[in-house]
Amino acid sequence: MAASLSCSSNPTFTRVTVSPRSSLSPTVPHFLKFLATTPSHPFRPLTAGSRSSSFSFAAPRASAAAADDDKSSSTSTSFHGICYVVGDNIDTDQIIPAEYLTLVPSKPEEYEKLGSYALIGLPDSYTTRFVEPNETKTKYSIVIGGYNFGCGSSREHAPVALGAAGVAAVVAESYARIFFRNSVATGEVYPLESEGRICEECKTGDTVTIELGESRLINHTTGKEYRLKPIGDAGPVIEAGGIFDYARKTGMIPTISA
Amino acid sequence: MASSSIAFILNKKDLGFSTFSRQSVSSIPKCRRTISKKICSVTAPHQSERKPSTTGSVKTGMTMTEKILARASEKAQLSPGENVWVNIDVLMAHDVCGPGSIGIFKKEFGQKAKVWDREKIVVIPDHYLFTSDERANRNVDILRDFCVEQNIKYFYDIKDLSNFKANPDFKGVCHIALAQEGHCRPGEVLLGTDSHTCTAGAFGQFATGIGITDAGLVFGTGKLLLKVPPTLRFVMDGEMPNYLLAKDLILQIIGEISLSGATYKSMEFVGITVESLTMEERMTLCNMAIEAGAKNGVVPADSTTYKYLEDKTSVAYEPVYSDQQARFLSEYRFDVTKLEPLVAKPHSPDNRALARECKDVKIDRVYIGACTGGKTEDFIAAAKVFLASGKKVKVPTFLVPATQKVWMDVYGLQVPGSGGKTCSQIFEEAGCDTPASPTCGACMGGPRDTYARINEPMVCVSTTNRNFPGRMGHKEGQVYLASPYTAAASALTGYVTDPREFLQ
Repeated sequence: MAASLSCSSNPTFTRVTVSPRSSLSPTVPHFLKFLATTPSHPFRPLTAGSRSSSFSFAAPRASAAAADDDKSSSTSTSFHGICYVVGDNIDTDQIIPAEYLTLVPSKPEEYEKLGSYALIGLPDSYTTRFVEPNETKTKYSIVIGGYNFGCGSSREHAPVALGAAGVAAVVAESYARIFFRNSVATGEVYPLESEGRICEECKTGDTVTIELGESRLINHTTGKEYRLKPIGDAGPVIEAGGIFDYARKTGMIPTISA
Repeated sequence: MASSSIAFILNKKDLGFSTFSRQSVSSIPKCRRTISKKICSVTAPHQSERKPSTTGSVKTGMTMTEKILARASEKAQLSPGENVWVNIDVLMAHDVCGPGSIGIFKKEFGQKAKVWDREKIVVIPDHYLFTSDERANRNVDILRDFCVEQNIKYFYDIKDLSNFKANPDFKGVCHIALAQEGHCRPGEVLLGTDSHTCTAGAFGQFATGIGITDAGLVFGTGKLLLKVPPTLRFVMDGEMPNYLLAKDLILQIIGEISLSGATYKSMEFVGITVESLTMEERMTLCNMAIEAGAKNGVVPADSTTYKYLEDKTSVAYEPVYSDQQARFLSEYRFDVTKLEPLVAKPHSPDNRALARECKDVKIDRVYIGACTGGKTEDFIAAAKVFLASGKKVKVPTFLVPATQKVWMDVYGLQVPGSGGKTCSQIFEEAGCDTPASPTCGACMGGPRDTYARINEPMVCVSTTNRNFPGRMGHKEGQVYLASPYTAAASALTGYVTDPREFLQ
């Protein structure tokens, strides 16, 4: 959360996050159908303008599209993009290897760098790279995994690296505790749980939509739909941009005057 | 905080007097005996402060973890699943996650904000110290600047990286330093920006790892919202065979319940075997609770705990214990006399196998170190195997004492039965590498120039805690997790080796 906020001063950040997903649309046959339910430029106008100013940066990076500004946004948020599929027990060393932990997430330029190393620790059996060499962003805005995603160390660099690379949501069968907690506390990514083993039915590169309010994942490439477990009370925290922003938004802690 | 905890102890006493049928669990009466001795002077003056809600018998039994969190959240009763704001007794931060936590603290509370309590924060540089990596060195500088600015009482600084011994304040690996410096105390809540913070559960306290955003919040408020975990109980009975160490027990448990078998849960270790373990061995047990996904691991405090703490802390502490009617999600029983030396094969700590089943696995090196396997007793254990064999190691054997104190023990303590030799002498005779500067070092890869880091696709037997792909450096490296006995035996043969080949 804080990391994303600290990056908010860097306008290129939100831009770059957006562009890969929008540029995807012309190549996706199902996208027209998708357009019927979701605005065509999901990121730009919807959340940013309508929220209280302190959240204007945090919100759009996590919530890809909010159809209705007035409602609690997690009921109407959806993410659309291509997915990157991994297996079970993806530990934090694979998400962000220890040699890159000298990067401090609260420093904007180092936050960006963390993104460029996201999932670089995956074994070579993953032939498709998550982030291309010399890029800081991934073209995969959704990561799909098996059980116990994010096990291992408490490094917050893990959800931060994914978020910094441009991931909006992870969908896994289950999560390790600290990864889940850090994802919510930072508001970097939505850690969503699937009902079954979606990771065995989706392939890297498939086009998917997640409808948060409906707790549903649609794989447009295969035409299949899957149920997700509701994100519950964690949703509004991530939506707000993390636990500090949520606490300010709900009046739990005072807003810092800049 | 004190008053509610006292209530628990008094309640416990009441229970002991009124209910005779509840004496079946062997560890509890023993613990109670020791508590009353320890506590009476603390409790007496405070009796009048007992709140009505905390008096009377405990209606619903609570586990240790539930009780510690209840006291820390000023509640009389807690059940698993409840979310409570917990008062934190100690927050530990190190050089990997400390700078980020500081960044968040400053950003959220303001550049001029002060931490909630300068005496309750312990800052320990330990991960990336002996490296030319500029950013790693800068991160230690960030810690130093912050600790000076905030007048943090416990900052175990290192300035002279060329000679760790020239740094009087320097300790080493945080989890071991926390224990050796008296920051781990029964009944308290300790958080740290490291997943192996659960190590401190060995002292009968609640200890868990958190991220940097949560740590930033704790810096500012001293509180954190925590969900009360349900508890799994592991009862280990039987006399510990002389070829097993706590590492074998925890590898057995993780192999049993899997890498996610305790996710969101507390693991409580009890039984005759656990009672017989030293503090360092209990720390090994709790250290790897996270490898089963646990929120915390915990061992009830007893006379072993109090003795360890005698010369380490003057802070009054109040242990708590699981009620006999406490509810456990499930209970696992082990007869340790039937266990054999174990390893966790690549690439997962739950990939359990008997050491002797892997005797054909040729290895390239051995690593003895880290919070899990770099304590004084771990080196003594390894030395015993070398001593018993009288042979030389066949593969490079790297020794990284966890802390400056452990390093001094390695050079100063005489190994029992050795005729007065120190570990360092035995290691030298066996042909090991010279014990290196205390740090987390190669356990988690780290910068490329880290001592003993795996930079090529090698096979390593290691006393550390994780063997995920790339954990010790190279993605294709293969790490076999093992006890110091098994690691030393493997060094002597060049293959994964059951230590009974040398110890019997």
